[in-house]
Amino acid sequence: MDFKGFDHPDRNPADGAAGARSVKVMIAGGFGTGKTTMVRSVSDIKPLTTEETLTQASADVDNLIGVADKQETTVSLDFGKIGINDQLMLYLFGTPGQERFWFLWNGLFKGALGAVVLVDTRRLASSFRAIEEMERQDVPFVIALNVFPDSKDHPVEEIRDALDISPDIPVVACDARDRASSRDVLIALIRHLKDRSAVALEAR
Amino acid sequence: MSGPRRPTDPSGLERYYVLTGGRSGPGGSSSSLDVATLITSRAAAGPGLQHEHEEILRRCRDPLSVAELGAHLGLPFNILAVLLADLLDAGRVEARDPIPASGAGRGPDLALLEEVLSGLQRL
Repeated sequence: MDFKGFDHPDRNPADGAAGARSVKVMIAGGFGTGKTTMVRSVSDIKPLTTEETLTQASADVDNLIGVADKQETTVSLDFGKIGINDQLMLYLFGTPGQERFWFLWNGLFKGALGAVVLVDTRRLASSFRAIEEMERQDVPFVIALNVFPDSKDHPVEEIRDALDISPDIPVVACDARDRASSRDVLIALIRHLKDRSAVALEAR
Repeated sequence: MSGPRRPTDPSGLERYYVLTGGRSGPGGSSSSLDVATLITSRAAAGPGLQHEHEEILRRCRDPLSVAELGAHLGLPFNILAVLLADLLDAGRVEARDPIPASGAGRGPDLALLEEVLSGLQRL
């Protein structure tokens, strides 16, 4: 057995691999707004998919036999990652298109730094549910208007009104297919989080 | 609906049932696992281990997220969580949850946000 590459169990946690940390950002939005496209364009790795089965294998054999014929329902998350530095990984998770499944994935938004809510300005309503969900779960977010070739040029304020979001939430335009543009959306989110932190610190 | 499954079909619920010994749903030490939790092996794969456990130890020599592990092994989150709980309980892997924007009772971590920001700006 090759033990090379393994650290001693009582190694200093601040050293080497044990010092690795992760942060998570969710990419939300209605069906077809470009969530997977954004994950793909900005990720360092080829995007992967992870799943959660909603029909769980039961501890009871009879139950297992009972459900074995049923179709498995799975909720898929497309995800990618960005190496922030040697020790810090940023994971990006595209939320499932069907928002009604979100609550089934236990703690999907818990532990996230924040979220990007993608909006297709031709179909604003498709992202209403995502915005509501961020507000309900108290996840800080920015709105990213994914500009499609035939999108009309709406003034941001008009869209802000239509989406009924609070004035402090940034609204930025982007092209989810473009790496730099998607990166800029993430930068807008982190800046927004910093602003919120500054406000929270002042309020103490 | 899908057609009837052959009894030897290694995919699907039967396979998961065998892998987990019929246990379902994460409990105990795995209940806090997040898709972005980093898993790192603390021991080398040894004899007598279930194939999937061995595979996890092998793949996590360098820290790997639960989501990546699930994608590489073709296992859904809840099944993987059961397998990881075994390894966590045996002290064979270590798990590190993603850093939230602000810890419970602590202030928002500006230093962390700065670190992420400068990383993104270098892209």
